[in-house]
Amino acid sequence: MSDRTAMSAHDTKPPALLTTSGRIFLAILVAAAVLVPALNLLTSPDAFLHVPTYVVSLLGKYLCYALLALSVDLIWGYVGILSLGHGAFFALGGYAMGMYLMRQIGTRGVYGDPVLPDFMVFLNWKQLPWFWHGFDLFPFAALMVLLAPGILALVFGWFAFRSRVTGVYLSIITQAMTFALLLAFFRNDMGFGGNNGLTDFKDILGFNIQSDGTRAVLFALSALALAGGYVICRYLVRSHFGKVLIAIRDAEARVRFTGYRAENYKLVAFVVSAMLAGVAGALYVPQVGIINPSEFSPANSIEIIVWVAVGGRGTLVGAALGAVLVNYAKTYFTSGMLAPYWLFMLGGLFVAVTLFLPKGIVGTFYDWRARRTEARQVAPEAESLPPAGEPKPAE
Amino acid sequence: MILNARLRSRGCALLLALTAICALLLPLGGARAQDISAPLAQLATDNYNDTEAALGALALSGSPAAAGIVAALADGKLVFSTSPRQVFLKTDAGLVDPVTQQAVASPPPVKPVRVNNRIRRAVEAAMGALSLVSPDPAKRLDAAVAVARSRDEAALPALEAALAKETDARVKSALTLARASIVMGKAGISDAERIAAIQTVGAEGNQDALAILRSVPADASPAVKEAAAGAIAGIERNLAMWGIAQNVWYGLSLGSVLLLAAIGLAITFGVMGVINMAHGEMVMLGAYTTFVVQEVIRTSWPGLFDASLLIAIPLAFLFTGLIGVLIERTVIRFLYGRALETLLATWGISLILQQAIRTIFGPTNREVGAPSWMSGSFDIGLMSITYGRLWIIIFATLVFAALLAVLRLTRIGLEMRAVTQNRRMAASMGIRTNWVDAMTFGLGSGIAGIAGVALSQIDNVSPNLGQSYIIDSFLVVVFGGVGNLWGTLVGAMSLGVANKLLEPYAGAVLGKIALLVIVILFIQKRPRGLFALKGRAIEA
Amino acid sequence: MLNLFSHAGRVAGRAVVGAAALALAGAAVPAQAQETIKVGVLHSLSGTMAISETTLKDTVLFMIDQQNAAGGVLGKKLTPVVVDPASNWPLFAEKARELLAKEKVAVVFGCWTSVSRKSVLPVFKELNGLLFYPVQYEGEESERNVFYTGAAPNQQAIPAVDYLMANEGVKRWVLAGTDYVYPRTTNKILEAYLKAKGVPAEDIMINYTPFGHSDWQTIVADIKKFGSAGKKTAVVSTINGDANVPFYKELGNQGIKATDIPVVAFSVGEEELAGIDTKPLVGHLAAWNYFQSVDVPENAEFIKKWRAFIKNDKRVTNDPMEATVIGFNMWVEAVEKAGTTDPDAVIDALIGVSVPNLSGGYSTMMPNHHITKPVLIGEIKDDGQFDIVEQTPGLIVAQEWSPYLEGSKDLIADWRSPLKCGNFNVKTGKCGGAGN
Repeated sequence: MSDRTAMSAHDTKPPALLTTSGRIFLAILVAAAVLVPALNLLTSPDAFLHVPTYVVSLLGKYLCYALLALSVDLIWGYVGILSLGHGAFFALGGYAMGMYLMRQIGTRGVYGDPVLPDFMVFLNWKQLPWFWHGFDLFPFAALMVLLAPGILALVFGWFAFRSRVTGVYLSIITQAMTFALLLAFFRNDMGFGGNNGLTDFKDILGFNIQSDGTRAVLFALSALALAGGYVICRYLVRSHFGKVLIAIRDAEARVRFTGYRAENYKLVAFVVSAMLAGVAGALYVPQVGIINPSEFSPANSIEIIVWVAVGGRGTLVGAALGAVLVNYAKTYFTSGMLAPYWLFMLGGLFVAVTLFLPKGIVGTFYDWRARRTEARQVAPEAESLPPAGEPKPAE
Repeated sequence: MILNARLRSRGCALLLALTAICALLLPLGGARAQDISAPLAQLATDNYNDTEAALGALALSGSPAAAGIVAALADGKLVFSTSPRQVFLKTDAGLVDPVTQQAVASPPPVKPVRVNNRIRRAVEAAMGALSLVSPDPAKRLDAAVAVARSRDEAALPALEAALAKETDARVKSALTLARASIVMGKAGISDAERIAAIQTVGAEGNQDALAILRSVPADASPAVKEAAAGAIAGIERNLAMWGIAQNVWYGLSLGSVLLLAAIGLAITFGVMGVINMAHGEMVMLGAYTTFVVQEVIRTSWPGLFDASLLIAIPLAFLFTGLIGVLIERTVIRFLYGRALETLLATWGISLILQQAIRTIFGPTNREVGAPSWMSGSFDIGLMSITYGRLWIIIFATLVFAALLAVLRLTRIGLEMRAVTQNRRMAASMGIRTNWVDAMTFGLGSGIAGIAGVALSQIDNVSPNLGQSYIIDSFLVVVFGGVGNLWGTLVGAMSLGVANKLLEPYAGAVLGKIALLVIVILFIQKRPRGLFALKGRAIEA
Repeated sequence: MLNLFSHAGRVAGRAVVGAAALALAGAAVPAQAQETIKVGVLHSLSGTMAISETTLKDTVLFMIDQQNAAGGVLGKKLTPVVVDPASNWPLFAEKARELLAKEKVAVVFGCWTSVSRKSVLPVFKELNGLLFYPVQYEGEESERNVFYTGAAPNQQAIPAVDYLMANEGVKRWVLAGTDYVYPRTTNKILEAYLKAKGVPAEDIMINYTPFGHSDWQTIVADIKKFGSAGKKTAVVSTINGDANVPFYKELGNQGIKATDIPVVAFSVGEEELAGIDTKPLVGHLAAWNYFQSVDVPENAEFIKKWRAFIKNDKRVTNDPMEATVIGFNMWVEAVEKAGTTDPDAVIDALIGVSVPNLSGGYSTMMPNHHITKPVLIGEIKDDGQFDIVEQTPGLIVAQEWSPYLEGSKDLIADWRSPLKCGNFNVKTGKCGGAGN
């Protein structure tokens, strides 16, 4: 899809792990991970450079969304799997973390029950459901952050890819999956707090979750997680494995005939992507302070796709950028005089981007750069007009 | 306290009923001059207890004017003034005196005598008993059912009198049932008579009969209890069988709603490969069109209200169809070959449309009324069928048939099918695929608009209307198989019926979850849906 | 500020220096230096909840307009800061933080759903903000920073059930609700209450449906079946917003009339009825603390001014609007009393404040941060309004902790000195739930 990845397919030696834009991206993240907390904690509130706490938690939230967008870009941009249910993996990771945080409340809940979370007390639950056990231990919870979305992705993907469900069919059943989970988590009988979800967290690993210090650390962790996620994705897509993925995206049948087990490649990418989404969810919950079934709603998952499309599909950096930009727009447009009109803005943005920036912001930038350096490159333009009869990518 | 109130209201109903019957059955001829000025004055109140007491007194008075006053009360046509404390009947000609029927020369400011459920029930029972001897058999039937349900022992003499005179077979059986149900619970009745009553009731075999049978007094003899238990078991078997039929009916009705919502999508999706996320909003626009049509009719031509839906159907089709063509021409045509991008663009459009409607009509629900021919229900055996749902099923079938005809019999239909099967080939044969795309999108949107007219009858007319159907619609289309209308039909109906058969066991939520999981698993088995189009052209 | 320290010290875990210091810094800024007082409005203007919440945003703007016309508060004008949390719960938390930390508003009026309140709660506690919550809810909460002007279950549900028992002779009960915390809790309370009144378990049917449930055929048929067992049956509905219209339409279609099986609803008011053809619904009931049809001069005056403000002479009023109005007036009075908008001073000043409600009486802020309310039962009329058939003779004090729930029967809330606790356990004599 993107010229850059297409180029790499033509090169004989493997491309560098980090491109220029990748280096800039990582540099920004690392700098943010250091500077934002420092400016928040060390400067006085009146100082010019001071970063208020609410900005820190806002940026932290954006970074979690960026990691989520990255995970979607890995499978959409590079494998051609359009998941309309990726919010489910994000939410599962979030719930795993939320359950740990709930157990940390201990006797500080409103009812003071040492074991049961408040919502169980007032619904007259007598004991902790089996699936809540173990979540009082952070390592177990951290493991579940990876395993819960990972196993769901494994089972779902194993079924779906083996029976070669592709294109829109796959998109619709991922949507059905997240919708089923949405309905399930809304049920109070499920033991996840129903519509109210999990909230009123007190501390994480013994640190007060509301203190500036904890927030700063969570922010730094989110930035580093995003950086780490980027490196993992880059590593995957530039390897031999990644080339097979791109090949699957562009012509799955041919890859199959060449002797590759396409479903296994897709499955691995899908599971890795789900786990990244889970990590994003786990970092999101303590910074936002609530996890609720609405995270499973299909509309949320579609929004993630929109972030990736705005930033530029198949560019990784673009996905992250798109997530931050769209969410900043959301923050901006939902305040002040524009408040009732932000849906117009958001809707207009989607239409405009698909019409005028089909490759997204970063993709368009790469195009522009590629054209500039055309003289020195073998123009890989064959792709912009797929030849007749060839399956179109990713549909 | 509770008991008291209940006895009071029940007692009042009885008195009223009895007196009213007496008033009609006995030769009256002004045997004595009744003074009802005291209860009438008492009616001039906002207090329900007073109203109820006044009703009782009025009924006891035996005045020939009483029945008219009771009827006026039920219709909200009884009004009162506080100074002087006086009640009037509201007629087309103005206020009249309830007793003399003389018009009131200079009416004081009045307000209606208030009626709540308690008063309404008392009035109903009285009116029911009155209607037992009504010349209209339909009214007598209703009255018999009302009496059977109220099971007032005091109504027994009137019932028996009415039974003796009854000639209409249906009314007679209803009266017999009513009598049996009263006799069954009556104290001091012989076992034989009670068992006979149980058999009469048992033969009815429906839910009401079951309720009556369950109320056999605890002190009844073993023989009576055994007869009742036998009858109950019989009815329950009967009910269980009909229950399945009823659930299938509910399923078909839900399926027809799904079909309506999904069928437009099946066209755009099937022919153009466009995932139209704004499809739900087209449904919503159709519903709002219905609202606007009804508003106009209400203000300008109130007489046409019953035809409002019929008027709304073509308008909704045209309006949403136009919007569809507009969307296709301005956005979607630039995105062909990039189906997933159209998903994003149409999602954006759906947000804009939602917020636009919210800005124009406000965020709250809008009232869309049901025309009289869509209200009410009738019974087939023990199945209750509501007219609204029946019409929606018929309507969905008609839309389906019409669409099928368009695709099979018209030139544009032929071209659409050609484009569905092989776009490039169709283009080489000289079909203007661009034009076909625009028309297809318009048609799909127009049908969504028609669906909106139907859905306005059963759901909220709010900016969120479309959102609640979009996921189900996609599931139906994918389950049935893209590009095949029959697939959509079978998909919608089987999902609807499966949902309704699961619901009684699993509950609404778990049933739905189970269904989603079933669809997900089903897609693994048949990755292209139930009715997959064959051939490599579809591999897109 | 000392206040907060000592309070936080006792409620274990809250005494974290960072949070307190932040609150200290935050509290030092507002009011004095400013010409105007900022009032935050945190209601969804888009998304699924816009249907209910938009009206409340308008109500707050209306009240601010009125107050400014009357000279403002403490001689300063009020300026509204409107944000749109878009029916998105994490966004509620973000917007609350924006209002408190960035805009430094003196008070926030907002939230509708319980989850949105739960979502912003930690933010209000952390930044020591002031939230007025205007919607009837499940109770089981009393927080220092929140003032609840809607009804607790005992101010709505229990009087309604009492009315049905006494006046309709109801013996058999269907508790139908949307599956979320308010119906769950209310039904738990009602179930315990009904059982305490001697209703056997087989005469209670409980049913939950998902949000936005639209196909009611099966459930209405079940209700009909349950109601034909020979005893007078009523439905107590805690069905949420959007699902109500199809529910009532189905009731009408299947011919269930109010005289057969009355439905008493706790979430259906004038706004919701505006979207339904109410003719088939005449006689079904609702329990609220206010109806538009309340016939007192205060209400007539309010409706007149409101319609002039909103420029729509058909606009209806409803219970959460009244709760918003009461909350707003209470805040104004408390600020005047305290002479400052400083949250700590206002929080203390609010308890005991008494303002006129719109049903002709006075509502008072109690030490549990809930207000006293009359309970009104109304029957639906064919014009979409309610005919008030019963009004409790006095005002009812909210039981924020229900005595009918196992976990909360020993808890009380009293935010006055010396208790200053939202969940004091009278058995153990300690603050903090079970107190261990």
